[in-house]
Amino acid sequence: MRNILIIGATSAIAEATARHFAATGARFYLVGRNADRLAAIARDLEIRSGQPVHSESLDLDQLDQHPALLERASQALGGIELALIAHGTLPDQAACQQSVATTLAALHTNALSVISLATLLANDFERRGRGILIAISSVAGERGRQSNYVYGAAKGMVSLFLQGLRNRLFSKGVRVITVKPGFVDTPMTAAFEKKGLLWAQPDQIAQGIVAAVDRGRDEIYLPWFWRWIMLIIRQIPESMFKRMKL
Amino acid sequence: MSSCIPHSWGRRPPSQPRQLIACRDTQILPLPDEPLTCLPFGNGRSYGDVGLNNGGALLLTRRLDRFIAFDPTLGVLRAEAGVLLSEILALIVPQGWFLPVTPGTRFVTLGGVIANDVHGKNHHLAGSFGRHVRAFELLRSDGKRLLCTPEQNSDWFQATVSGLGLTGLITWVEIELQRIANPWIVVENQRFGSLDEFLALDAEYESRYPYIVSWIDCAATGRALGRGIYMAGRHAPPGIFKSAPPDRRPLTVPLMLPISLVNQLSVAAFNRLYYHLPRPVRGLTPYPPFFYPLDNLQEWNRLYGRRGFFQYQCVIPPDHAREALLEMLARIAASGQGSMLAVLKRFGNQVSGGLLSFPRPGVTLALDFPNQGQKTLDLLDRLDEVTRQASGAVYPAKDARMSGDSFRRYFPRWAEFSRFVDPRFSSSLWRRVIGEG
Ligand SMILES: Cc1cc2nc3c(=O)[nH]c(=O)nc-3n(C[C@H](O)[C@H](O)[C@H](O)COP(=O)(O)OP(=O)(O)OC[C@H]3O[C@@H](n4cnc5c(N)ncnc54)[C@H](O)[C@@H]3O)c2cc1C
Ligand SMILES: NC(=O)c1ccc[n+]([C@@H]2O[C@H](COP(=O)([O-])OP(=O)(O)OC[C@H]3O[C@@H](n4cnc5c(N)ncnc54)[C@H](OP(=O)(O)O)[C@@H]3O)[C@@H](O)[C@H]2O)c1
Repeated sequence: MRNILIIGATSAIAEATARHFAATGARFYLVGRNADRLAAIARDLEIRSGQPVHSESLDLDQLDQHPALLERASQALGGIELALIAHGTLPDQAACQQSVATTLAALHTNALSVISLATLLANDFERRGRGILIAISSVAGERGRQSNYVYGAAKGMVSLFLQGLRNRLFSKGVRVITVKPGFVDTPMTAAFEKKGLLWAQPDQIAQGIVAAVDRGRDEIYLPWFWRWIMLIIRQIPESMFKRMKL
Repeated sequence: MSSCIPHSWGRRPPSQPRQLIACRDTQILPLPDEPLTCLPFGNGRSYGDVGLNNGGALLLTRRLDRFIAFDPTLGVLRAEAGVLLSEILALIVPQGWFLPVTPGTRFVTLGGVIANDVHGKNHHLAGSFGRHVRAFELLRSDGKRLLCTPEQNSDWFQATVSGLGLTGLITWVEIELQRIANPWIVVENQRFGSLDEFLALDAEYESRYPYIVSWIDCAATGRALGRGIYMAGRHAPPGIFKSAPPDRRPLTVPLMLPISLVNQLSVAAFNRLYYHLPRPVRGLTPYPPFFYPLDNLQEWNRLYGRRGFFQYQCVIPPDHAREALLEMLARIAASGQGSMLAVLKRFGNQVSGGLLSFPRPGVTLALDFPNQGQKTLDLLDRLDEVTRQASGAVYPAKDARMSGDSFRRYFPRWAEFSRFVDPRFSSSLWRRVIGEG
């Protein structure tokens, strides 16, 4: 894979993934909102890949900027071959419950902005008859829980949307990969106590993403055991689930 | 996956930080809640408590792992302080460069390497790591950033090289690399029957080989006392047409053992076997097994079990080296607490750059002992008696128990150094050796 667009490039998971692609000499277009951090990552990837790296800082909540952004990325790379959408926030559930505006803002960042970008990228890939679209959703999107259902609803929307895209684009030579990580030790989860076997490091997720590209996978749980955990969680009848403290 | 409570390599002493703070970039220094102190934590390859801060906070630096600049024509590399030497090697070796100095494991961070001013097998030629550092940035808890080079802010440079993490956070480092023609090492092995033979071999080999290290059989007694194997190496010249060495997949010791597999029986058997194992006198080897023989067995410290183990590394000035080392070997053999990985090396006369640097002219001996409680601590105290008498020193990066009095004798510039300690920084080791009367 040569020409790679990374959206939310300052994410710890995205950065770890980019390093794997860099080792194979990929060329990048990076998008993130923190300009200093983005510049440091771009410089690092240039050294690792031996290729010039393009980057631009943008707040991805500005949906009206998306078409021009993708145009610039496509120009700079000479066509996008692979796009990874990784940006996201972990909203404060209690705050969301108290404020419709906070809830909608979380849905805007974690669902609507992803859907906007995925739609535009999918159309571009479809036109050219090739391309790989990867988006990071979450196991949290598989079932609504009282502790985290605003984030979960956004991720659930993304997962479902990507399923539809995959179905639509399968016959057009375009691949869509949905990544569903469990708990990952990144800045997003800085406030959590990271003990125990369920926590993964960003590079484990990155390796899983690269393997999914190589092996032609559609939906992946990372690390692998989440597939089985979620299988069980999905089976619990709602009449029981509603009583559980999750 | 690992349990995320940081511990040191020897798992001694046990320690419980109150707060763990992951550094994210070099822009800000995240500080713990008042009145907690903090300490940078690199990759935890120090054995004792130099990198621990019991009851305080640890600043996890591993995510400061970006390359900043690499000039492949001049061999100058600048990177954030949490980058591992293994990551640097993966970048530079294919481009014909190598580290100027490297410790016996590549899984250490640039910041950790500077804070202990580490030495390698080429000390007799290259000196310690700090001599090859062109610049770094030091970030203090008051937000002040100091660009430190041997010329600029040179007092801070000297205090931070070997500064044990106490002078502030090193955010990035610039080092000078050395040219190599290929990733291969020409090695030469020799058995020696005694310390005198070892010293004679040194005189013969030191001018010809940049890398020298010896393994010494510390289960041997009587006439075999001081026997070992002398290993010398140098980077292979151009024109070696072997293909790139295959990267072997490392094995991992999968779990913490309840008891130590390293005990009197296994140590004696291992030492005997290792001494007699046939090995080619001359050969060619890829660089990783030569420099990092243990890196292919990840988490090997787990072999020592839950109780952990102690390292003891001392340096003895040349004039006293022979007698002091013989005395130590005799005391170890008599105690029945052998060491598997006893390593002997002569340090050169290069002056180390830091106020608390450990390397100094003389012979250094490194040993490890499974923790058997008081019995082991007593033996280490008996070794300290010898080191003190011979005006030597013990390496803080590997220590978990030396007394404050010993520390202050081994590192006479400690008072000068203490003026550079950041008011919000502290460590278990520092409180141990400076706190007590
Ligand atoms: C198998 C093995 C072989 C070894 N061989 C050698 C050898 O041959 N020669 C040798 O000299 N040592 C050797 N060591 C010791 C090792 O090189 C040192 O302990 C090294 O400092 C460990 O680096 P680290 O990144 O793991 O740091 P840590 O052990 O996590 O920390 C070490 C010190 O560095 C400080 N520190 C870390 N990052 C920063 C930062 N960004 N800013 C300021 N301070 C910081 C910490 O506070 C602490 O005081 C060996 C260790 C092992 C396990
Ligand atoms: N960590 C986990 O446990 C976990 C589990 C499942 C799924 N995920 C998903 O994995 C993805 C990556 O997250 P991560 O764990 O790597 O956390 P992270 O390092 O915090 O990355 C999230 C990134 O998204 C960026 N971002 C947020 N809102 C943005 C906006 N409006 N415009 C531009 N950039 C924006 C953030 O930028 P700033 O740097 O400027 O803040 C940050 O770099 C996310 O989609 C997350 O939901 C994470």
